[in-house]
Amino acid sequence: MFPFSFEWIWDMSHMVFHGGLWYALSIIGLGMTYCILKATIDTFQGKGGHHE
Amino acid sequence: MDSALIPVMDDALKPKGVQRCPIWQFALWICIFGAILLWGVYAMFLCWFKGLNQTNMNDAYGFALWIWADLAVIALGGGAFFTGFLRYIIGKDELKNIINYAVLIGFICYSSALLILAIDVGQPLRAWFIFWHANVHSMLTEVAFCLSCYFGVLTIEYIPLVLENRQIDKVPFFHNLAHNMHEIMAIFAATGAFLSFFHQGSLGGVAGVLFGRPFGYREGVLIWPWTFFLFTWSAAACGPCFTIMITKLTEVITGKKLVKQNVIDLLAKISGWMLASYIIAKILDTVYWATVTVPDMGYTLKHFYSNPVYGIWILFLEIVLGGILPAIILITKTGRNNNVTLWIAVVLAVIGVSVNRWVMVLQVMAVPILPFESWYLYLPSWQETATTILPVAYGILLVMLSYRYLPIFPQERELNPID
Repeated sequence: MFPFSFEWIWDMSHMVFHGGLWYALSIIGLGMTYCILKATIDTFQGKGGHHE
Repeated sequence: MDSALIPVMDDALKPKGVQRCPIWQFALWICIFGAILLWGVYAMFLCWFKGLNQTNMNDAYGFALWIWADLAVIALGGGAFFTGFLRYIIGKDELKNIINYAVLIGFICYSSALLILAIDVGQPLRAWFIFWHANVHSMLTEVAFCLSCYFGVLTIEYIPLVLENRQIDKVPFFHNLAHNMHEIMAIFAATGAFLSFFHQGSLGGVAGVLFGRPFGYREGVLIWPWTFFLFTWSAAACGPCFTIMITKLTEVITGKKLVKQNVIDLLAKISGWMLASYIIAKILDTVYWATVTVPDMGYTLKHFYSNPVYGIWILFLEIVLGGILPAIILITKTGRNNNVTLWIAVVLAVIGVSVNRWVMVLQVMAVPILPFESWYLYLPSWQETATTILPVAYGILLVMLSYRYLPIFPQERELNPID
């Protein structure tokens, strides 16, 4: 799974499979980190006060 | 807790300006489907504690009812990725009125698929092995990667809906979080479309690369057999049909119009053209397979349909009734606009894709390959059946809860004004 795992080989199959996996996980992770951080900052700035 | 408080809390959680059934009626249906769910959970624990001897799988059927259910729900859940792709990437703005429900259905389908796999692996505590010790020459590894990542994406798409619940939305952080997630949803939707394309395809690829199983084997391009592309195509075509079918069913049960006709019409039209192009490709694939691949491997087409259970009728059901007929209905304006024919079309498309997954999983196993073999037939055990019904009950419960407490249908208030 990681290049430092003992099973890892620097061949096309490993790079394509795990490259795709880490690419998708990075987008999901970075996207959610951005949303959570921005929501925290927005909340501290007093945005999002509820009005029904 | 004071029982008089329950209706008050229930009212406070419901979206504003919409009508829902009385709490006792809701609770009654929750209990009924909850009981079915518990039956499935009991069977699930039997499989986990006593092992896969609880199933009727054997040396001939390493893949059985569970894998069919998996492939079918993944195809039917394809409505989420394709509707998301149309809404966020292609820019079909009208679909914003059905995307929430498509996401919910997709979330249910994919979580069900993962639940079934968790039972099927026999050793769920070792499920992480597929990531850690990945076999990079297996299509199923790619399926596992994409399936779990895409479930993550669907969860991310479903979270803002939960956060928009009337009470949760009052918390500023959750309100801001939902808003921010909506803002960059196109990125998540694009990632979801990328992941879906590959895992839908690889599920088809699994059957297509089985050189020793001529019923499933297909030629193709580079490492991808034609089934790779056909599975993705059929999921994109029939997934939205399932979304329409469930939306229509919800409308019948609630007695309300929940989505405007122009939205249904647009999704049905796109789905119809996708289905029409898919079924042409499927027919070409079947003809080439029957006239070139099969004779080259020393068989005739008749050999694969020589059992009463797996007669030629199954091919007719899949291609003509489950493909050509719904495609014709959906690409014609009169067919789409007539409620009866629309119902027929979406139900047939759902049956068609489910039959396709059935034959590519189970008929592949049933067909005799060696001269001394006969047809292997299989009947699932009650534990397999119960654990396959379990996700259906879970899905109904989640739809009930989401419909009652979350703003799933943006047009509901406008279509059903309360005096």
